[in-house]
Amino acid sequence: MTEAGSATPPAPRPPGRLRRAWHSDFLWSFRRAPVAMVSFLVVAVLVLAALLAPLVAPHDPFDPATLNLMNGFTPPGEPNAFTGESFWLGTDDQGRDVFSTILYGMRISLFVGFSAVLLAMVLGVLLGLLAGYLGGWTETIIMRVADVQLTFPAILVAMLIFGIAKGITPPEYRDQMAIWVLILAIGLSDWVQFARVVRGATLVEKNKEYVQAARLVGRSPFAIMTRHILPNVLNPVLVIATISLALAIIAEATLSFLGVGAPPTKPSLGTLIRIGQEFMFSGEWWILFFPALTLLALALSINLLGDWLRDALNPRLR
Amino acid sequence: MSALVSVRGLTRVFDVSKPWLNRVLERQPKALLTAVSEVSFEVAERSVYALVGESGSGKSTIGKIVVGLLPPSGGHVEIAGVDLATETDGARVDAVRAEVQMIFQDPYASLNPRWRVRDIVNEPVRARGGDTAGLAERLLQQVGLAAEDADRFPHEFSGGQRQRICIARALASGPRLIVCDEPTSALDVSVQAQVLNLMSDLREDLGLTYLFISHDLTVVQHMADTIGVLYLGRLVEEAPRDRLFEAPKHPYTRMLFDAAPRMDGFGREVDPPKGEIPDPINPPPGCAFHPRCPLAMERCKRERPEMRSLGATRVACHLAE
Amino acid sequence: MTTPVLSVRDLVVEIPTRKGLLRPVDRVSFDIAAGEILGVVGESGAGKSMTGNAVIGLLDPPARIAQGEVLLSGQPIQNIGREALRRLRGKRMGMIFQDPLTSLNPLLTVGEQLTETILEHLPVGNAEARRRAIAALEEVGIPAAAARIDSYPHEFSGGMRQRVVIALALCAEPELVIADEPTTALDVSVQAQIVALLKRLCRERGVAVMLVTHDMGVIAEAADRVAVMYAGRLAEIGPVREVLTAARHPYTAGLMASTPLAGHGRRRLRQIPGAMPRLGALPQGCAFHPRCDRAEARCRQDPTPRVEDCGGRAACWFPLSAPADRQEAGA
Repeated sequence: MTEAGSATPPAPRPPGRLRRAWHSDFLWSFRRAPVAMVSFLVVAVLVLAALLAPLVAPHDPFDPATLNLMNGFTPPGEPNAFTGESFWLGTDDQGRDVFSTILYGMRISLFVGFSAVLLAMVLGVLLGLLAGYLGGWTETIIMRVADVQLTFPAILVAMLIFGIAKGITPPEYRDQMAIWVLILAIGLSDWVQFARVVRGATLVEKNKEYVQAARLVGRSPFAIMTRHILPNVLNPVLVIATISLALAIIAEATLSFLGVGAPPTKPSLGTLIRIGQEFMFSGEWWILFFPALTLLALALSINLLGDWLRDALNPRLR
Repeated sequence: MSALVSVRGLTRVFDVSKPWLNRVLERQPKALLTAVSEVSFEVAERSVYALVGESGSGKSTIGKIVVGLLPPSGGHVEIAGVDLATETDGARVDAVRAEVQMIFQDPYASLNPRWRVRDIVNEPVRARGGDTAGLAERLLQQVGLAAEDADRFPHEFSGGQRQRICIARALASGPRLIVCDEPTSALDVSVQAQVLNLMSDLREDLGLTYLFISHDLTVVQHMADTIGVLYLGRLVEEAPRDRLFEAPKHPYTRMLFDAAPRMDGFGREVDPPKGEIPDPINPPPGCAFHPRCPLAMERCKRERPEMRSLGATRVACHLAE
Repeated sequence: MTTPVLSVRDLVVEIPTRKGLLRPVDRVSFDIAAGEILGVVGESGAGKSMTGNAVIGLLDPPARIAQGEVLLSGQPIQNIGREALRRLRGKRMGMIFQDPLTSLNPLLTVGEQLTETILEHLPVGNAEARRRAIAALEEVGIPAAAARIDSYPHEFSGGMRQRVVIALALCAEPELVIADEPTTALDVSVQAQIVALLKRLCRERGVAVMLVTHDMGVIAEAADRVAVMYAGRLAEIGPVREVLTAARHPYTAGLMASTPLAGHGRRRLRQIPGAMPRLGALPQGCAFHPRCDRAEARCRQDPTPRVEDCGGRAACWFPLSAPADRQEAGA
């Protein structure tokens, strides 16, 4: 019968998955990049703090019952002139503890950020796959819509969607819906970059022989797109998603700052910055400073992490 | 032996024109690339039929049409009596689909890098809802790999081993016909020997039929029973192997044999062929080879030669005898 | 005896990697005389392209020449610095790569690229450079050279482009040309044309050629001598007819036996079991011994020999010599 072609015996069982992961090229380059490690630490701390906000925060800033207007404008660390309470990072104009508000505000920022990016990613990857694989009119329509959308600045698109949604919803629900509309707006303004990248990668993979082999066996276009092509085009998507996250968080802050984002009863980092901006030069600097610092740290760390990720996943640089 | 594959008058044209707007603005006609033109041949069951040609000869296109990846623009391809392009009975199409498989040229692009070998090899059967228990392991051993290799990923294997995995995948659904598109062109010589030997053994053991596409004359001579020579999408000569190499009748075949570098051609001063392969969008009128043919006459420039039989050989040349 | 144009002595190329120090070229030595074509043959990963790159100074860092000498007409060039090497390239050394599409700048006309090289290395003026460029194109067989000199590379076919690349390599009149798989991407009929061209030009001008390829047929027809490489080492070197028909090294013999040869019909191809080891996983002892059916204790213990250590033309402690041995190896 056939001669055994490989004289070398099969290698011993590969080591466990965790060990393999630790020794892999990916984590090796992570361990060697101090920037990546620091960024990851910062992000981890902030995310953890936000998740555990109910446990960590000394006060609940969203509950109007606990607020005492007399606590307003307390400087950080010093006891309040009227009530004697002291707050780590001071209070804002309504007596909310800035520290707690930052923690709860980050929750909104992160939730909106993640969800928006998720929406953009799912939509973008789906449309990109369809455009790349099916070609023809499907591709033309999707790509032209994408091109048109790109001519508008993302924030404008988000505001447009926000305005439309606001016009449609009855007033009683507006505050409740605000978060979801925010997610929708930012997500819909962001899908294009995913779609473009995935379409390009799909075009490349489509012509490879393993796709032809699958077609040969009679697999449906849907099966080929999801089982064969999708796993191979996800690499760049991951990188874009990370950087998009930072941008989505900033976008949310921008929209809240402009007054069209998070409702005033549930302030996010952007809302805090807006409030703080008014009082910045009259001496109550902490209302602006700390939220802005947090936003900066969050966005910067995510960005740096995304940068490192892109280089780490680039096969040519390895 | 009956014909397993019957190709009649096969033609395939690609529209490679620029987009409509560009054409209108630049006043250019449509550009139609005739990759395959009126090709007819038959492949007997359990034999190896080789299609030989240089780039632009259309051999890969023919392979893809036979397998069903591309529809023909004209003519018919029948496998076991079923024409995949026109058959309406879904069950018959499906049955024939399971009988045909393909092995591709690039071992690095033929396997999905994210799938395990087991899933890759089982796919042809699983796609039809078949039972795949132990199938991958058995096939891998049949092609000379180890059963444990089923758990691995393609990047852990060398080029020759990947090609073996491709062969295992091709065998999974128990096909009768395997179209091999340059299966060893990307492999080193010693690995090529292993893969070719494997393919020969499998053919004998399993009674397979091969449609073997290659540009390498030495490989073709080693593997084939019958050889068809293609030039610019046209079949110019077809003959049983020994006869073709002993007495090639078409001037192009002769030129090809003379030009091919030979391992025993030490210091051979070759008179290299003149000219180059013409543009398939604007092929020469009449016989496609006439601009380069040492024997060309007036008739060759006007009239495209038909295939005619000279004993066991079929030739498309006005002057061959 | 005149100085060979190229003399490589115990060349070692090393690449430091995360997994250790790799040696894609390990103590390789050979000479090429003027007007001679040396074929360097081997399978992928054997180190033949790396050797060519090392000679001409185009190693990608972190790969570097760790030991050994490269002498161009007696002058050492392995570590003369980038600037000096740059001046040598083009003027005294030319290179032909595999893919003509990427060897030529798509944004410059063929004429511009030729004249640029000529002006850089020869003491001539613009008009003379253009004249020489046209002459160079004519010599490599480009029809209507005077008209086509102002065409862009994409306006030529693959074979024509490779001719332009040859013209480019030879226009500054180098002493040495390194051709790395010059015919692999071309059709058979075009291959024959290019090989004939290369042979003719190099013989006429007395250029030394290092022809790197994996195609035995091309070597048989074009080369005067051949060097067979395996896992970064030189396995055998000698006149082409002798090495190909009466190989001394078991690897070479196995290689010859596994090549389908025109006229030998259906005889089952001999195959060498296993595969060439990866550089990071070289076996103890001789690099070939796990696949060699003549291996003895010495082969498993002593490091891979060099050709010079074995007194002959094969780097093997027990080379094939008698016809009986060759029958066994199936050559």
